[in-house]
Amino acid sequence: MLKLRYFIVFVSTLLTYSSNLFGQNVLQEAAKDPLEVHGNFNLTGQYYLTDSAIAAPPVTEKFLYNGYANVIATKGAFTAGLRYESYENVLLGFDPRFQGSGIPYRYFGFDNKGLSITVGNFYEQFGTGMLLRAYEERDLGLDNAIDGIRIKYDLGNGIRVKGIAGRQRFFFDKGPGILRGIDGEIYLNEFLSSWKENKFKLTLGANFLSKYQEDNNPDLVLPENVGSYSGRFTARYKNFSLTSEYSYKGNDPSFDNGYIYKEGQGLFVSASYSKKGFGINLSAKHIDNMSFRTDRDESLTNLLTNFLPALTKQHTYNLAATLYPYATQPTGEVAFQGDVTFRLKKKTWYGGKYGTRIMINGSAAFGLDSTRLNDLDSARKGYTANFFSPGEEEYFQDFNITIERKLNKKLKLKGMYMNMMVNNDITQYSGLNGPFKGKLYADIAVLDVLVKLNPKNSIRTELQGLWSKQDMGDWATLIIEYTYSPHWFVAVMDQYNYGNPVENNQLHYPYATFGYIKGANRVSIGYGRQKAGLFCVGGVCRVVPSSNGMSITVTSSF
Amino acid sequence: MKKLILIAFAAVTALTTVGQTRTIPSIELQDIDGNSFNTSEILNEGKPILINFWATWCSPCKRELNNIAEVYDDWVEETGVVVYAISIDDARNAPKVKPYVDGVAWDYTVLLDVNSDFRRQMGVVNVPHSFLVDKNGKIVHQHTSYQEGDEIELYEKIKKLSKGETLD
Repeated sequence: MLKLRYFIVFVSTLLTYSSNLFGQNVLQEAAKDPLEVHGNFNLTGQYYLTDSAIAAPPVTEKFLYNGYANVIATKGAFTAGLRYESYENVLLGFDPRFQGSGIPYRYFGFDNKGLSITVGNFYEQFGTGMLLRAYEERDLGLDNAIDGIRIKYDLGNGIRVKGIAGRQRFFFDKGPGILRGIDGEIYLNEFLSSWKENKFKLTLGANFLSKYQEDNNPDLVLPENVGSYSGRFTARYKNFSLTSEYSYKGNDPSFDNGYIYKEGQGLFVSASYSKKGFGINLSAKHIDNMSFRTDRDESLTNLLTNFLPALTKQHTYNLAATLYPYATQPTGEVAFQGDVTFRLKKKTWYGGKYGTRIMINGSAAFGLDSTRLNDLDSARKGYTANFFSPGEEEYFQDFNITIERKLNKKLKLKGMYMNMMVNNDITQYSGLNGPFKGKLYADIAVLDVLVKLNPKNSIRTELQGLWSKQDMGDWATLIIEYTYSPHWFVAVMDQYNYGNPVENNQLHYPYATFGYIKGANRVSIGYGRQKAGLFCVGGVCRVVPSSNGMSITVTSSF
Repeated sequence: MKKLILIAFAAVTALTTVGQTRTIPSIELQDIDGNSFNTSEILNEGKPILINFWATWCSPCKRELNNIAEVYDDWVEETGVVVYAISIDDARNAPKVKPYVDGVAWDYTVLLDVNSDFRRQMGVVNVPHSFLVDKNGKIVHQHTSYQEGDEIELYEKIKKLSKGETLD
């Protein structure tokens, strides 16, 4: 509380006396600029019903909510902002440590001729985020913002440098570790005057990141400073593009890696070719012992320092997206992905009157090709792994194809087929039937039909099926969504686990949503049973945990 | 006490901004060809601008931009509007944005906002979210989500802006 008051006093003092700091020009310019204030508000509340069939836990408060408002004020080169968050009490599915209300995010910043300073909280990413990504996914309860200082300097000749220092957010507090980092990037076609018109374009970047955390372990002598670095490049020539990042991390015994003293490394490579009507991307990565947090004893999404996304398609259809999604195994994996998008020309016999869009995607993830070392009483390196060599154990596999075609002014069709495998010895899903062992294979098919009754009234229907011999067996989903542009929508959905080998779990998950949108305001009310996952309805996607009851969402931007 | 400060902060800022307008903040992004692009360069020589936040994993977003793509030539011809499509795809999907955009043959200027810096500064909660900018560079309208047919209302507003009229 006191801290926030000091912060506000600090900001106003800085604004008042800043003429000495910046010289008259910046201030005079800022004085001419109007003060602009904007932000947003978001509230998700739910009234919970007990539902023993889906093992929904009882909620003694009956009603829970997550809410926040951002306010950002800018005047010329100056910006200040804060976020008030309130969880009284926090929604089911989020970490209960969020409980409470307060202002965990506030900052002040200014730009002065290429120099940009932020004090307070900030989000930041170095390269692809293999070492540092401070970001927020509010619907997931993920916010690892840094509280400290950031300096960015754009030298104006293709060189950009930024430095950060601070501690990461931990619910309404901060984590124990301190981060210090510097990142530099050079765009050679801006830097070298002779390269200005060059069709070959090259960007190089590198960063160094170090974390400090006191040795808190009575049994092990732990490194208190852990250093890491990475290098990256992006090269482009006409329609081709190649980008890569390599990162190395010093030994960092942690809960995630079983407190071993092994170094970590990661490599990501991605190549693309695209022209109008055709695009392809091929990617591969090697991740070995790259879990990175500012508290070595933490788990889940808490105090994560880096970002290691899965090299798989991010599906949107409910059964494909919510039942068996895959996440990178930060302790080690080798993964590959291919993705093609193309358009069949309009006014041809194969493309139809309006053309046809086709998207094909395939991905596979494997364990490391590693050899276990029996050295936990000596060097504690744990294992050795061959670089960029997939191990024998496959973790995940997905092949999918999507076809979209507009038949006439009233009818649009979209179909998706997907075949997947997930190794549950690794992912360890535990649905209504409890945990299961071994590999799960599934086929998923979706038919998405949009009927435009007239320019403003439409009905969209989704028919989805998932067929599997493992875990919870077969599923079917039906969604009917009626929209009356620009303000109203109503949707009903039922998911039916008709093929569940446990007869009592052959359940329906009905859910209805009704909502109103005007400009940047959106209000929706939902009622029914929900499974966990990415949930898209009425034009917006967000992530929700499983539950039963009535929910209300209010969103407003100003 | 915390709440008091917040209320005071909100009240003061609200009072000083009555009748104020809003412009596009300056944020460093990249275009899909890898060139750096500052959002203060979002300009259209006095013609209207549509800024649309989207992502490759968001079906309604792609529906909206695909529907606008079908009529985009007519829109440009009649009003001179230009569309900036801001992808909020993170490092997981950012490499797939250009192949997708080229694959479906959009003519928009597409920018990558991989850590949601621009999204945050613009106050966007969910995608899709669109902003209309008038000839003076002022944000005069915003809309969240997409429903089939929403582009009709949007285009009415764009036409008004291109004639120099104000929106109600």
